[in-house]
Amino acid sequence: MRIPIKLVVAMASLLAAAAGAADTSKVRDLAAGCANCHGTQGVAQPGMVSLAGQPKEVLLKSLLDFKSGKRPATIMHQLSKGYTDEQLEQMAVYFASLKK
Amino acid sequence: MQRRQILETAGALGALATTGLLSACATSGTGKGAKVVVVGGGFGGATAAKYVRMWSDNQIQVTLVEPNASFISCPISNLVIGGVKTMADITTPYDNLERRHGIRIVRDMVTSIDPEKRLVKLGGGGELAYDRLILSPGVDFVWDALPGMNAAGAQDKILHAWKAGAQTQGLRKQLEAMPDGGVYALSIPLAPYRCPPGPYERACQVANYFRKAKPKSKVLVLDANDDVISKGPLFKKAWAERYKGIIEYRPKHTLIDVDAATNTLKFDFNDNVRASVLNVIPPMRAGNIAVNTGLATANKRWCDVDFLTFESKAHKNIHVLGDSIQVAPAMPKSGHMANQHGKTCAAAVVALLGGRAPNDLPVYNNTCYSFVSDEDVIHVSSVHRYDAEKKTMLPVAGAGGVSTDANALEGAYAMAWAHNIWADTLA
Repeated sequence: MRIPIKLVVAMASLLAAAAGAADTSKVRDLAAGCANCHGTQGVAQPGMVSLAGQPKEVLLKSLLDFKSGKRPATIMHQLSKGYTDEQLEQMAVYFASLKK
Repeated sequence: MQRRQILETAGALGALATTGLLSACATSGTGKGAKVVVVGGGFGGATAAKYVRMWSDNQIQVTLVEPNASFISCPISNLVIGGVKTMADITTPYDNLERRHGIRIVRDMVTSIDPEKRLVKLGGGGELAYDRLILSPGVDFVWDALPGMNAAGAQDKILHAWKAGAQTQGLRKQLEAMPDGGVYALSIPLAPYRCPPGPYERACQVANYFRKAKPKSKVLVLDANDDVISKGPLFKKAWAERYKGIIEYRPKHTLIDVDAATNTLKFDFNDNVRASVLNVIPPMRAGNIAVNTGLATANKRWCDVDFLTFESKAHKNIHVLGDSIQVAPAMPKSGHMANQHGKTCAAAVVALLGGRAPNDLPVYNNTCYSFVSDEDVIHVSSVHRYDAEKKTMLPVAGAGGVSTDANALEGAYAMAWAHNIWADTLA
């Protein structure tokens, strides 16, 4: 059986695109779990901190400090422990990329 | 590229196609033109409707069927019963979903679902066709467990106030009309039920009102469970320190009947209780439409779902969210959790209609705040992660926990949480 090379390339790029989309949407889904308190797309209602457009370094330091217990909190020290450092970094990058 | 890889590539695409991931409308990758119908505009359904639109770049058509004119929040409704907040404080219109997100809202009830023809039938006579149906009907009550509640007028007199709305206001009015020196009796069903800490918060709110306005009155909590099932030590501390002599807690009181005419509660082993105001929270199950569609496969009460997609295990192309589902271990039936179900399901529905596989590792959290007074609050939190081996969501060990003590800072965060989750669901 011969498969035309153009079809093979098309199929391969489709699969690659699908894999990339899956990774991006996975981080999007992870970050959406924060929206209940911090607002849709990281833009919060009054009384809560907005995450959208904050520098990645600031977000990541806060999250890691909550996780290690270095920074005291009412609830974030408990929630941050539910995510890997890699997931926290992915979310920090994601929120930093959003519009304030 | 090697021939083996070529074949694997072709095979992978073939597998996607044969498992139905590549639907008829997959060409654009956004599910353009596909039809999603959402039934129920609570925390689960409204969130799913909004996020399907957002995450499909408004390419998927979404119709939300909801009988109520506006959303009335169960969280914070105990503060209306206690007189601290008003109905207006917990009410949000649905118009943002229509105006900002292009969701078509149909104010009606679904009377039946045809899973084969993929049709939803409406009380008003219309029909809606769907590619995927998202069902978030909340809970309905198992009235047959309390025969006296089926007597004429019984359900109008003895309120549950466990669906925020007219009964929230009704219970508030009963408490206002009760003479000082009266007894308010609250019956709690065996878990699982909607909002595990809700009844204990309600006891605090009614006691808070009595302390201020009717100091000779009592709150009697009659719990079918062996002990307080959520935030137990924190609630008991609040009762001892703030409401001593007002709240009396009696565990292991399984209600078997109610005599509405004489305001009497009847238990399986304990003596009858008469009180001035009865507040009976009946046993619950998945919303009637889910039960009638054959989706309530767990003990005929709750709907088993695939936790990657929230697709029903009984019918393809029907997703079930929120309080109606058979929960995963340590997953509460809460508004916060229903909102998270809504987003997880929306992501999966958009992926599937666009010909992609759903996220294989959902992770989301739950936070639940309870007001023990006007402004002091306690919380419980948890994080839940998909376990591929067990095919369910499991709580992440070492994460989550409860407050150290009731405090006003968490009271401020609790109101901020409410405004944010209402906006995330409806704005």
